[in-house]
This record gives sequence, structure tokens and C-alpha cells, in this order.
Amino acid sequence: MSLDYVKFSNGFEKFMPKEYRDMVEHGPFGKKVTVSQMGNFKEVLEEHPMCAGCAMTLFIRLAMIAFPNPEDTITVGTAGCGRLAISQAAIPFVYGNYGDQNGVASGLSRGLRLRFGDKPKDVVVMAGDGGTADIGFQQVLHSWFRKERFTTIMLDNEVYGNTGGQESGMTNRGAVLKMAPLGKKFEKMDMLQMAKVAGCAYVATVVPNNPRRVESVIKKAVLIAREVGSTYIQAYTSCNIEYAIPTDKVMEDAKAVENDRYQFTEYVSEEAKQYLTERYGYKEFLAKPAAPAAAIPGKA
Amino acid sequence: MSETEVKTNPQGDPITSVAVPKSDGKKDPHGEAKRQKVVTPEYMFLEAPRTKEFITGSEAAKEAVRRSNVDLAIAYPITPQSETMQLVGVLYGEGYVKEYYRGEEEVGVMAAIAGGSRAGVRCYTATAGPGTLRGLEGIASWPGHRLPVVAMFTCRVVNAPLAIQPDNIEVSYLLNCGMIVFHAENQQDMFDFTMTGFTISEKNDVTLPVGVCCDGFFVTHARGYVRMQDRGIKLPPREAWRGAVPVLDAENPPARLSRDAPVQKSNFMAYNIHAVWQQEVWAAVERSRKYINKYMGGLLTAENAEGAEAIIIASGSAAAQSREAVRLCKDKGLNVGLIKVRSLRPFPTKELRELCKNTKLIVVPEFNYVGWLAKEVATAVYGYSKAKIIGGPRVYGGQSMPVELIVDEVESGLTGKKSTNVAMSQVMGGAVSHDEVAQFMRSI
Repeated sequence: MSLDYVKFSNGFEKFMPKEYRDMVEHGPFGKKVTVSQMGNFKEVLEEHPMCAGCAMTLFIRLAMIAFPNPEDTITVGTAGCGRLAISQAAIPFVYGNYGDQNGVASGLSRGLRLRFGDKPKDVVVMAGDGGTADIGFQQVLHSWFRKERFTTIMLDNEVYGNTGGQESGMTNRGAVLKMAPLGKKFEKMDMLQMAKVAGCAYVATVVPNNPRRVESVIKKAVLIAREVGSTYIQAYTSCNIEYAIPTDKVMEDAKAVENDRYQFTEYVSEEAKQYLTERYGYKEFLAKPAAPAAAIPGKA
Repeated sequence: MSETEVKTNPQGDPITSVAVPKSDGKKDPHGEAKRQKVVTPEYMFLEAPRTKEFITGSEAAKEAVRRSNVDLAIAYPITPQSETMQLVGVLYGEGYVKEYYRGEEEVGVMAAIAGGSRAGVRCYTATAGPGTLRGLEGIASWPGHRLPVVAMFTCRVVNAPLAIQPDNIEVSYLLNCGMIVFHAENQQDMFDFTMTGFTISEKNDVTLPVGVCCDGFFVTHARGYVRMQDRGIKLPPREAWRGAVPVLDAENPPARLSRDAPVQKSNFMAYNIHAVWQQEVWAAVERSRKYINKYMGGLLTAENAEGAEAIIIASGSAAAQSREAVRLCKDKGLNVGLIKVRSLRPFPTKELRELCKNTKLIVVPEFNYVGWLAKEVATAVYGYSKAKIIGGPRVYGGQSMPVELIVDEVESGLTGKKSTNVAMSQVMGGAVSHDEVAQFMRSI
């Protein structure tokens, strides 16, 4: 696909809003940018009202840089901290009702396909752990079972941050939080396994202290969702306020959690592997050359 | 197929097939749909020749959707609505509806309808009773999001205790959402209101959802004559750019569409923005009046109301029963008129004030316990009519309404004879004896 269409017709530049012109002239619209170029271009997310040291904000920022097609991407979210930043980006954002993001995204992506056919209009859901695993659970799971073609990203801070620190289904067992005065009594929900069972074509876990990896999984997830099926990314995006993580220790915490319960995992369906390889030239899924039989002694 | 092979339900009606017609490999199953011609709403509603068919309300809704150029329909079963959305599924198989699926339940369906409307496509869904209330958070947010949609509500009891029978209590919840609300009396109304609903909801100065209500079973499952335009014509497609707010297709700069969401600002700004937005939603409801007048011929219809001693005001199935009551009253020598309210939002306040200014008695029969229409009528005519207003008779929970109940109220209202069917507290208006009401209130 050519990115050339995001160009102003001669003489019309001055009638476009300044923010849009900036996105085309100095930002990512119509060209490819990478996380390693951060600081050298105007990002779609520049201002936000989030707390100092918020790992979620860093993740959202990285994710938006990674969007393969930001000028034709629509984000969908629900109540939670994340939407305070997502809604400030230069990308249209749908804030519907509580936990309805995957339902809205189902209708939105189907409607956009009806209108625009093969021209990619990427729909990306970004919602918190409460929005995804608790109140939105039913619509999330059903959108996956229906193989709706959009990406779901869980911003997992393991707590209801925006309402002031209550237990969520993604909180770890034993954690003492509001509404869990004796500590959470059941395990963190295994949404990754559920995503696989429900038929997602791509499932990955990621933490924000590895920008290139964030970029890589977001790109794959959005591209696969265009044609193959639902994709799910679960990102650890700590709440330094509710979990009392000192601001300068947020990345250290992310590293520790990565080593503990958020190791990088990536599941790619066979169909998705083939699609990424053939359509977008990914080489990582190509079959490895078979080892010579003699290299495995004793095996027939 | 021989006559004995025709499958019928216990009532002897042929069972409607919901399977997609089988393709023989030669005939394009979407051929007929592809040959449909677009006509203007003006031609469709005001000029196109019509032929009469004897069909159910569900079939009338299906035929309306067939001619409405619908892009996306989302179905979820609930009695007595299920027939409608499964018939719309047949239209999907035939290519008249472009996209269709069975949703997970009503919260998910109303969310997805909102997503589809935001994408700029024409959306349709239907539900009933508990489904309406389950989906109400989403439904109530459609007007605030300025989403053109047509939703049908085939009213039934809202639990508990469990019942599936007609009772239009759910309309009272819809009245305060900021959406346009029509109430269909019969199969013809179902057909007309659905089609005009799409046209009105997408007008730039409206850009609101339209709810088409009917009383379940009485309309959905019963047959009536419906005059319909040729199935070879359809309404123009939705033009997404016409809406009062941009659709979310990333085709419209400014790009930062939601950066000024009220919640991001100070509390004062949040209150202020929300307040102004609500005013604008209700102003848009008001602006739909001219289109309702143009395409539907008015927010109400009046029969013999001019100079009538008593006027029965009703909507939905109660209007059909009231028409029969008017006939019985005439046989008894009583001069009684009928006003059928078709549009509940916007409400025909001005029209009612004019039509009711000289009448002595207003009777408002309803298929619900709370009497939402009586309250609307009393509020509308207060200070403009000296009529005594009887907020009844009312039936609920699935009861039918014998026309004699309505005739009794007209007779007792005009003669002063006490009625046993309507509580004194439901009687309002200038001619009411306040002493009698006080006596009634003391004695209960």
C-alpha cells in the first residue's frame, strides 16, 4: 500500500488544521517512524494528564508510534486511566460506555470495512485490566470467538487505578487493595490462555521497558488483525501510585515483574505466520533449514 | 410441494423459512437486491405506488428494512422480537442487508450498533422488554453520541415475575433518553415508521437515533393489511458526511477528535459542556418535528376530534381498541373523537392543546400500569383545556383491553357516574372534584 495519499492537494495546505498539518509535515502521518527515532518527530501523543512516572503512558506512547497506519487508525477504549492519555492523541478515539469497547469495535470495524473495502482502517482497542477482564469480559471473549478483525490491548496495571485502587480480576492473589481488605482471594485471571482458547490469531505479553519489543508486537498484532482475525496484547503497565512504586523505580519494577510473571511470550497462529511472511515479508516465521539427520545420533 | 407437505404452526399458518434461499449455481442469490433502484425519500414516502399485502408486524419490519438500504443489522433473540431479526437475517442472505450477525446479548449488541453508526453505516436492531432494559445504558448514550440508528422495541413485560406478554412499560424508560420515539399501532405503522425513521434520524439537524415501538404479539405476530411500495426500490444510502458530528473513519481532520472530552477539563467545564450538549440533543429532537410532519403526515392523527364532547387519546395498540370504542360510543349517541399519538418524542404538545381546547373529557387508555401517556397528555394540555382527564383504563402484564372498559370511562366521565375501573387518583383536570379525590384518598 502506498502512503502517498496523505498529501495535501496543492493550494489546500493552509485550510487544513495546524495539528493535522504538523502530523503530516513533522509527524508520522504518511511515513514510517520507529521508536528509535523518538525525539526526532512529532508524536501523535504529546500531552497527557497522567501521573508522574506512569508506565502506562510510556506504553501507550510507544504503541502509538508502532501503529503501522496511524493516519487511518481509530482507537476504542473505556473508563480507566488509559483513556485520559489515549483521548489526547491525534488519532480519533471512541469512548463509549463502561466495558463496551469490544462491542463498539466489532460494529466499527465491520462498518469501516463496508465503506472502505480493502483500504486499511485499523481499529485498536486499548482498555485497562478492569475494562477488559471484568466489566468488558463478555464482549471481549465474544469478539474473539467471532474472530472480529481488530486488536485488543490490555493495559494491565493489576488494579482499578482511575477509581482509586480497587482489586480487579487481574490483581495477584493476596494483594491487599480497596475492596480486598483481606487480600485478593483468587488467582490473577489467565486472559492469555482464554485468548488462545477463544481463537485469537496472535497473543503476546509485553512490558514497556523494551521499546523495540513493544513496537514489534504492536505492529504484528495490528497487521494480523487486518485480515486474519482477533489479536490480543497484554501489557504490564504498573500503577506506581496504588502500588507505591517510587517514580524513579518504575522501570526497575517493570524489569522485576517481567522476570517474575510477565516474561515475553508470543503465540502466532500458523495462518498468521504465513500471512505476515507472504504479505509483509516477515522472515522470522520461515521454516528453519532442517538439521542433517546425522546431527541427531541414535534417532531414526 | 403438495398441500399436505406445507409445514404449519399450531395455528395453521405456514412456517416462515429463515434459511437463505438455495443457489442453483446459475441464479445470483443477490441478483434481486442488486437490481434495486435508489429513489428519493420524497418519492418513496409520498408518491410511489403501493400494493396491499396481509402480513405480520415482523414481516412488515422486514419489508421496511428491505427497502431501507440497511448496511449493518445485529440480532439477538428475545420474545416477541426474534421473528423480526431472523427475517432480517434472510434479507442478509439475499443481499439486501450488507452485514449481519447474532450478537452476544443486548449490551454487546447496542455497543456494536453504536460502533457501526460511528463508522458511518446505516444500522438496525430490535429488542424487547428485559432486552431493552439490559441494553439501556448503550441506548441512552446513542443520542449523546449523536448516532443515527433505527431500533425497534416490540414491547413486552419487564420482569418480575416472569411474563412474555405485551405491556409497554419499557416505553417510559425510552422517553427520557433524548432519542426520537414513535409508537406503532399496527403493521402498517411498523412498516412506515421504520422507513421514515431512517430518513429522519440521518437528517443533519437531527442526527439522532429513532426508536420504533409497538406492542409485542398484538402487532408482531398478528396480521394486518400493509400498503407497500415495490420491493425493487430503496432509500438512498446513508451519507456519513451529512451528520451533525463527524463519523469516526479517520477521513475527517481535525484529528484530535476527542481531546476535549469534558472529563479532561475542570469540573466547571465538564458540567457546562454536558449541560450544553444535553440542550442540543433535545433541541435536535425538536427539530425533527418538521420531518415527521413531512414524511409521516404529522405527530398525531385525529379522527372526529373537532367538536367532540369527549376525546380518547391513545398510542399503539390502545389506539386500535379506542377506535372500536369510538364506534360503540357513536351507537350510543355519544360524540367521541380519537387522537392517536404516533410520535412520543417529540411530543405533539401544540397539536393536543389545539385539538383539546373545547372538549369536556379526555380518556387515556393504556397498556401499562404507570400511565406514562396520561402524564404526558396532562402535562401538555394543562392550562389549555378544562377537560376532565381520566388516566385509564389501564391493563398490564399481558392483559388484553376490552373496548367496553374504554366505553365505560367515556360514559361515566360524561355523566359523572362513578367508574370502578380507574382510581380517583388517576383522574385529573379542571373538572375534577377535589373534595371527591380527597375523600377517596382518605378512604384507601
